[in-house]
Amino acid sequence: MLPLILFFIFAALCVGGAINLLVQKHPINSALSLIVVMGSLALIYLLLGAEFVAAVQVIVYAGAVMVLFVFVIMLLNAGVEERTEHASRVAMVLGVPGLIIGLSLAVWVVSHLAGLDCIAIGGPMVMNGSDVFGNPQAIGHLLFRNFLLPFEVTSILILIAIMGAVVLARREE
Amino acid sequence: MVPLSYYLVLSAILFACGVAGFLIKRNIITIFLSIELMLNGVNLSFVAFAAQLKSLDGHIFVFFVMVVAAAEAAVGLAIIISVFRTRETLNVDRVNLLKL
Repeated sequence: MLPLILFFIFAALCVGGAINLLVQKHPINSALSLIVVMGSLALIYLLLGAEFVAAVQVIVYAGAVMVLFVFVIMLLNAGVEERTEHASRVAMVLGVPGLIIGLSLAVWVVSHLAGLDCIAIGGPMVMNGSDVFGNPQAIGHLLFRNFLLPFEVTSILILIAIMGAVVLARREE
Repeated sequence: MVPLSYYLVLSAILFACGVAGFLIKRNIITIFLSIELMLNGVNLSFVAFAAQLKSLDGHIFVFFVMVVAAAEAAVGLAIIISVFRTRETLNVDRVNLLKL
């Protein structure tokens, strides 16, 4: 019962933050409500037994990426979103049906997947007799054995992204 | 016990909010935030299926999605800064040419 209550609390926070992101006019308010969404998602990951993913969600997403966003918003001194008459009407015409289609897909998922097995949460998930499911040790084992090549390619991707960011944001003489 | 479908519905709602924000918003930074919201929605369904199938592969996928999102945020924000330097605006309707 307790996991269900916790799930509903954090799911409500998530959806509230996502809707607030849409409603707010100022980008800094949208960025802060996205941080709320990410923080409550991290707690939902903990409910699912994904300890490592929850920690990375807080450190990398809510920490590093969102700090970068907030820095850029303040650096550019971004004000209230300005409206363009014609184009925003077109976007509304496309965006509201997009939301409705997404939500009806959600309803479809509910009506078709309600019979699936329940996920056992609220206790440590036992894997191979000893390890707790989703702890950093198990993830590291998998990451450095089975996924070693993708992991190393990832480091090259990050390096290229850093160099690209420096080159793109450089002030031209 | 929380059914898998609840997690999937939450994931779908987050993704739909991201799509709607991407289409409705006119500020380039808010559009970028909507993309991050969509990525988070997808990550949630990865983790939910990983718990359902008792497999850690979903967590690895989430890890790689986060890496790509971090790289994308760095490059994308650098592009936004460089666009703002030349155009002095963040409205995507005024940034309708790729050339500077």
